[in-house]
Amino acid sequence: MNIIISNSSGQPIYEQISSQIKAIIIADELHEGDALPSMRLLAKELRISVITTKRAYEELEREGFIFSITGKGSFVASKNKEFVREAQLRDIEEYMQKITTAAKIGSIDLPELLEILRIIYEGE
Amino acid sequence: MNALKLENVTKKYDSFTLDNINIELPQGCIMGFVGENGAGKSTTIKLILDLIRRDGGNIEILGQDNIKVGKEIREDIGVVLDEACFHENLNHVQIAKVMKNIYKTWDDKNFESLVSKFSLDPKKTVKEYSRGMKMKLSIAVALAHSPKLLILDEATSGLDPIARDEILDVFFDFIQDEQHSIFMSSHITSDLEKICDYITFIHKGKIVFCHTKDELSETYGILKCSQEELDRIDKSLIKGIRKNNFGIEALVLRDALKGNFIIDNASIEEIMLFFVKENVK
Repeated sequence: MNIIISNSSGQPIYEQISSQIKAIIIADELHEGDALPSMRLLAKELRISVITTKRAYEELEREGFIFSITGKGSFVASKNKEFVREAQLRDIEEYMQKITTAAKIGSIDLPELLEILRIIYEGE
Repeated sequence: MNALKLENVTKKYDSFTLDNINIELPQGCIMGFVGENGAGKSTTIKLILDLIRRDGGNIEILGQDNIKVGKEIREDIGVVLDEACFHENLNHVQIAKVMKNIYKTWDDKNFESLVSKFSLDPKKTVKEYSRGMKMKLSIAVALAHSPKLLILDEATSGLDPIARDEILDVFFDFIQDEQHSIFMSSHITSDLEKICDYITFIHKGKIVFCHTKDELSETYGILKCSQEELDRIDKSLIKGIRKNNFGIEALVLRDALKGNFIIDNASIEEIMLFFVKENVK
């Protein structure tokens, strides 16, 4: 499991951790019931504050990705795939709204827009 | 429980007053204590250790008053001051022998492993040690009697970056136990940025702020702008201003500042500088 922290990114460190762990869980690299590294170990390895890792884990817990047992640690929660997909779709819709607005301002038509999307999507 | 709690602590000298100091360090955390020379850092640490008498307020160590505490609590505190105070003609094996008779909780194995980690030569006596080696020895001694609270006064000053990194690693290992806490003063703010959960800033005997490190980086930012732009900003958001011929740098409360501005992240060092040197009142 890799977690890469960037100091130059504008995103707060706890968000970098939570979003990367989220991505790992969604990509099925971690399965239901798998233990996550302890907050203290993660803080030590990444050389960040325990408070930061705690905040990241709390956020993941709130969103239902992990659950914690006092004295034992944090574990990957049973994943509601529909829920994850729903959340992603909502995000995408929001971005597309922005894209559409920008496209209309620049009078870019739909086929051209789809072409851009196709290039980006396949380029990844 | 708090590992360390200072409440309205006061100490008066003729030319210097430590004024109503309040500090709370929760167990399991590391607090960095920063401030310029003469700000009152060492006075505070001496008060905590009961090396000097306070004139007012309360100090609790691991939940107990620091003057009334018995030997047991004192054994739970590891201390490293900026000068090593071991006898010059002893080597670390002999020092371990002395320490074993002082601390009931002395752990020989732990000491041996720290000493070999720091590669301290058993053939050399303390007077042959460099400053860095003396510091490492002090830290090994402080950790070898299995303390719960580590108090460090300028423990990493005078060490090269590699040695400092080794020591930070040792601290990270130490803090893996949730009951362990560290209170450290240092001028090397980059070390504190790496390791601390809380940063407390003291200036002229007063606490300026006591924040978690995340709060600090989210609260403060360095604004780069022109004089005209600066004039339009609410003065209460500006904590310090530095002018040059081509523009202005200002320490601002970044959250409250609305609009399109260039705001860089502020390091602890910059925050200190702006508060002390370029303060606007």
